[in-house]
Amino acid sequence: MFEVTTSLIEWFADPINWQGPNGIPTRVLEHIYYSVLAIVLAVAIAQPVGILIGHTGRGGALAINLTNAARAVPTFGVILLTFLVAGIGLAPVLVALVVLAIPSMVTNTYAGFRAVDRDVRDSAVGMGMTGWQVIRRVEIPVAMPLIMAGVRISAVQIVATATFAAVVSLGGLGRYIIDGLAQQDLPEVLAGAILVAALSLLTELGLSRLQRVVVSSGLQEESEEASMETRLEGTTG
Amino acid sequence: MKFRERCLVLAIGVVSLLVVGCGGGQDALEEGGGGSGGFVVGSANFPEQLILGNMYADVVEDQGIEVDRRLNLGTRDVVFPSLESGEITLVPEYNGALLSYLSKGESDVTSPEETTKLLKEELPEGLIALEASEAQDKDALVVTQETAEKYDLKNTSDLAPVAEELIVGGPPEMSERPDGLPGLKRVYGIEFEEFKALDAGGPLTTEALENGDIDVGRFFSSQGLIDARGWIVLEDDKELSPAQNIIPIIRKQDNKGKIEDALNDLSATLTTEDLKKLNRRVEVDKEDPEEVARGYLKQKGLLK
Repeated sequence: MFEVTTSLIEWFADPINWQGPNGIPTRVLEHIYYSVLAIVLAVAIAQPVGILIGHTGRGGALAINLTNAARAVPTFGVILLTFLVAGIGLAPVLVALVVLAIPSMVTNTYAGFRAVDRDVRDSAVGMGMTGWQVIRRVEIPVAMPLIMAGVRISAVQIVATATFAAVVSLGGLGRYIIDGLAQQDLPEVLAGAILVAALSLLTELGLSRLQRVVVSSGLQEESEEASMETRLEGTTG
Repeated sequence: MKFRERCLVLAIGVVSLLVVGCGGGQDALEEGGGGSGGFVVGSANFPEQLILGNMYADVVEDQGIEVDRRLNLGTRDVVFPSLESGEITLVPEYNGALLSYLSKGESDVTSPEETTKLLKEELPEGLIALEASEAQDKDALVVTQETAEKYDLKNTSDLAPVAEELIVGGPPEMSERPDGLPGLKRVYGIEFEEFKALDAGGPLTTEALENGDIDVGRFFSSQGLIDARGWIVLEDDKELSPAQNIIPIIRKQDNKGKIEDALNDLSATLTTEDLKKLNRRVEVDKEDPEEVARGYLKQKGLLK
């Protein structure tokens, strides 16, 4: 146990591991690149869906059930399947990560919208707002805590799972884990795992910060409780 | 009611004790009298091993000895200890891999003759190695028919002048292992344009070679799919990769001359080309290994 810790510290102290195509900076940047691409794509697909079903209140059951089914899909399987069709490249990784990320965002955005007080929505309509205006000026701001919670959960899942890119010969922090396992180099595997965990934590913290900025101050207190509930629901659902 | 319930519980308890007493504590392998004098043929858990195991079993049975087939047992970590302990009598092995396993990776010979020689020295008491076959299942570089024709490739050394235009794919450890990229550079002077970390002869490397994401792939020289896709195995002419000749490992006390001779005849007949075709029938065409094995023996006149 102790030798592993020393080897691990040696691994991080070794300057070779900080330079070149297999160095930590390169791998971290690649990892962030895949993650950002995936999250942007996932947001572009999931949020409109969530907003639509949230605003209209229709199709919720169908959408939720579909996305829950998507949670059961093994990411590894999707990567391999997409690889068989599309070959080596970003496609297998992105498809798998996006499929992974969509459920949380659809569910949370939908829940956020449904939780908007009836009265608030009615007053907005009463004031003469169009559907779009209600969405933009009332529902989204009010639902923001839950929307952001969904984005955070998805983002962290994506960062943690982007390690799979290494399976289809791409880069990222998964490279340390896959190569380390193949070469039976335990310190390298552990280093990779630690780096991924650290990056996931940073993602969570960063997005929490963002949430504090984006959610209106009147809703700040509620937001922590609400996102807690949804997160718990999400894991048992 | 209460009386009946108690009787039921008692009955269940007695039956359970009987079952545990009779069945418990016995290895699955020990059932059927493996260590107590019967002849047991074992094998590892992949198609080529099933074919070879069945062939060995057929050949021994043909000598009038009753054989218990315990094939598909698991990896070497499961099979070899069972051979050592006497639960199994005979297994098909690979001289290089077994030598590496026994010497804990310390050996660096690569020629078939040296490998077999060292292996015989490393084998534990009670086990002997019969004659090695010329058939091998070793690490190999594979290219498509088109690539072979375009660059006129037959041997691995033919890659040296053109390697910088080619992309190679293989298991992640290939970039570091002595018989991987470093060895290819050292022994053959080969430096590829790029290395893609995939798997060793698995679906990733297969697909990548099929759709041109890589030009050269790391496979095993006797894989069935190579034949099925019409691909070319480049000859390891400078013997960089360790030899992996098929070799029967058998327990000493069970050695009777005619079994040895029969197995040696089989080893002398078997070639890598034969293995490729047999593997193809089992791996790709999904035929039954036992039938494929027997068919081969009959065809080659190895059965009485």
